[in-house]
Amino acid sequence: MSNSQLTPGVVPGRLTVAAYAQNFADHSPPLDGHEARVAADRCYFCHDAPCITACPTSIDIPLFIRQIATGTPDAAARTIWDQNILGGMCARVCPTETLCEQACVREAAEGKPVEIGQLQRFATDGAMAKGHPYTRAAATGKSVVVVGAGPSGLACAHRLAMKGHDVTVLDRRAKPGGLNEYGIASYKSTDGFAQAEVDWLLQIGGITLKTGVELGRDVGLDQLVGQYDAVFLGIGLGGVNALKVVGEDLAGVRDAVDFIAELRQQPDKGQLPIGRDVVVIGGGMTAVDAAVQSKLLGAQSVTIVYRRGKDRMSASPHEQDHATQAGVRIIHDAAPLRVLGADHAEAVEFAYTSDGSGGVVLSAETFTLKADQVFKAIGQTLVGLPEGATVAAGKLANLPRGVWAGGDCTADGEDLTVTAVAQGRDAAEAIHLHLTGATV
Amino acid sequence: MANLTTDFIGIKSPNPFWLASAPPTDKEYNVRRAFEAGWGGVVWKTLGSEGPPVVNVNGPRYGAIWGADRRLLGLNNIELITDRPLEVNLREIKQVKRDWKDRALIISLMVPCDEDSWRDILHRIEDTEADGVELNFGCPHGMAERGMGSAVGQVPEYIEMVTRWVKQHSRMPCIVKLTPNISDIRKPAEAAKRGGADAVSLINTINSITSVNLDSFSPEPMIDGKGTHGGYCGPAVKPIALNMVAEIARSAETRGLPISGIGGVTTWRDAAEFMALGAGNVQVCTAAMTYGFKIVQEMISGLSHYMDDKGFASTSDLVGRAVPNVTDWQFLNLNYVTKAQINQADCIKCGRCYAACEDTSHQAISMSADRVFEVMEDECVACNLCVNVCPVENCITMVEMPKGAIDPRTGKPVSDYANWTTHPNNPGVAAQ
Repeated sequence: MSNSQLTPGVVPGRLTVAAYAQNFADHSPPLDGHEARVAADRCYFCHDAPCITACPTSIDIPLFIRQIATGTPDAAARTIWDQNILGGMCARVCPTETLCEQACVREAAEGKPVEIGQLQRFATDGAMAKGHPYTRAAATGKSVVVVGAGPSGLACAHRLAMKGHDVTVLDRRAKPGGLNEYGIASYKSTDGFAQAEVDWLLQIGGITLKTGVELGRDVGLDQLVGQYDAVFLGIGLGGVNALKVVGEDLAGVRDAVDFIAELRQQPDKGQLPIGRDVVVIGGGMTAVDAAVQSKLLGAQSVTIVYRRGKDRMSASPHEQDHATQAGVRIIHDAAPLRVLGADHAEAVEFAYTSDGSGGVVLSAETFTLKADQVFKAIGQTLVGLPEGATVAAGKLANLPRGVWAGGDCTADGEDLTVTAVAQGRDAAEAIHLHLTGATV
Repeated sequence: MANLTTDFIGIKSPNPFWLASAPPTDKEYNVRRAFEAGWGGVVWKTLGSEGPPVVNVNGPRYGAIWGADRRLLGLNNIELITDRPLEVNLREIKQVKRDWKDRALIISLMVPCDEDSWRDILHRIEDTEADGVELNFGCPHGMAERGMGSAVGQVPEYIEMVTRWVKQHSRMPCIVKLTPNISDIRKPAEAAKRGGADAVSLINTINSITSVNLDSFSPEPMIDGKGTHGGYCGPAVKPIALNMVAEIARSAETRGLPISGIGGVTTWRDAAEFMALGAGNVQVCTAAMTYGFKIVQEMISGLSHYMDDKGFASTSDLVGRAVPNVTDWQFLNLNYVTKAQINQADCIKCGRCYAACEDTSHQAISMSADRVFEVMEDECVACNLCVNVCPVENCITMVEMPKGAIDPRTGKPVSDYANWTTHPNNPGVAAQ
């Protein structure tokens, strides 16, 4: 096999083995001890710190950084995990540039925030290697089922187990982790970190994990409500929005989330076929992750096309820069009209748009991009609605008594691991109060 | 988790971290915030005699020195004792103590050097239910000009006299706070002990001028073009304080006298060092003034993790552990031979070790044309300067030579322990 970046069609092995290894290595390698101390030294230990407010899980960031600075990184990890049990993954995938590091006073002062994400990784990686630090409270005799082993479900399960409840976690996929395992760019979570973190989290005990079990298919919500003292739904968004244009069914057109999941599960990136000319339609993190990884797999040209302006993209400016630095072209203000091709995608025709008060308006001016592969990344939807629950604005609403929910499937979900963790954790606290008879 | 509860001269506190008598402990509002933040104890800002309170300057009271990134390294102050009425302070102390019974609350005192003044103030504080008193014989600025503070602390006879009055007129545990502005710290500590003090605390602040404005030629902090010496504190004074604490801890005359360690305690590690040198607890001021009361959380978690790592069940396992290792120069092992070793893989070729050694030490580092720096063991006296100036942590280390090995510098084998007291070059030895 001697494919190159110029080989037409969707083919594997466009790059050398060495190039794949380099492209999919840890994209921001961990700090060593000295680097961590220098980075920690920059923290001002602000009062009522803006970074804490900016963190959806409210980690006491100045305290954990001071604990690193004073030579107790394990204590720092505890400070992190007390608020966010998936602090290790969040350190890797949080868009810190729009959260804690954006709020850092040194960002305002110098444009150079304290490297909070990297310091969090330094603390949690080191302490994770030493085992699981939490122990369970005395058994309560109560049982809770958590549907979905993603960030919100895992955070919920851990907190409940810690409080002495017996927890069963169901997930429809073969592996736990949810988007941590299937939805994150490979170079952000290398060396099987997502599974290692789940294994570490489960070491608290009291959590039974059952994979390959799908709500609605294998078990009903009614059954779960009857069988357990409480139910937590962290089912995420299992569906993908359609382009609703002609040619969407052509070979070579697929959902970006499936592509990203496949990438994560394939250790040998050279096996993965990728187009010579790739077009990604969408403006969020999924679009960026799909586009950048297409480039890293050896696609010759990769273009993100978004129907609105740069400032409306949900991918942060930092992520957009990351994409363009990887060689991805971003075209704003254009929407797809049709995918062209006989039995396989060959090109996509777009119309330029304007974004007015009435929404996106297509102009008469069009252009066509060559594309042997097209990724759809225009948002995900709730599917498999459990009976008894209703939907408002595409998210779970009006849950039956004894059922809680968190993460992307809820109205407060933000498509962020860290937000899902916060919601899972808080739901666990609410469930605990409910089960132990305490009044809120 | 290790138990951080401490019993210092019968005064219990949930942890060994007390706030020193200073601006942060001047009012009920601050002290309540401190206790809420987790501080184990507070020494209330020094009270003076009944009558019109002292006044403070109305311009800057503090001066500072900083590292390049504005890390505050040293602070100086010219604030006097409390400038609030005595009865207000006493009322507040009583209220706070009533609500925070598990925390230590000590009252710092400074009144004129006569028995009536001391008897009177001790009588007035009696029903606050405070846990003890600390005699402020330390402040070097302002009050010293009026015959109080360090003016007393610099005269051991006065310390002994006043301490005796205090023990005679009060049943409260008595801590004597010492000034470092003296040539031998053991003398005031001995005087305090003779007077019946239950403990000493040290160090108070060091006389200082933080800087001079080179345009107005006024010292800082500046009041209307003039300045005066103030008390220096913060991380910069810690090494001075550690030595003074150790001197008292290891002196035959004062051994066993409880010590409350003060001077630049900023992290749990600083506290642990003071405690290892004999301090039963520590008092903190500048770190709280720089970062707020919340830093006590790091101190608590850090000390607790450290003690767990070491297998120490209580702070008493730590207190004094380093004292036996503090000795006089004359007892240091002259046959302990080390050599500097440069790890070439870590070396970034800055040449600072070379400059230091070549210009200011023993010409024991060679430099090649392609900037490889190597130690010449036949010249290296193991002074440690290269280690100290090297910007890369652990790039240069001191490696001990094994017993029997030939020191290339002296040509002699490394032999058993021997010190100056038996060295042939010691004139004292020759005289015997």
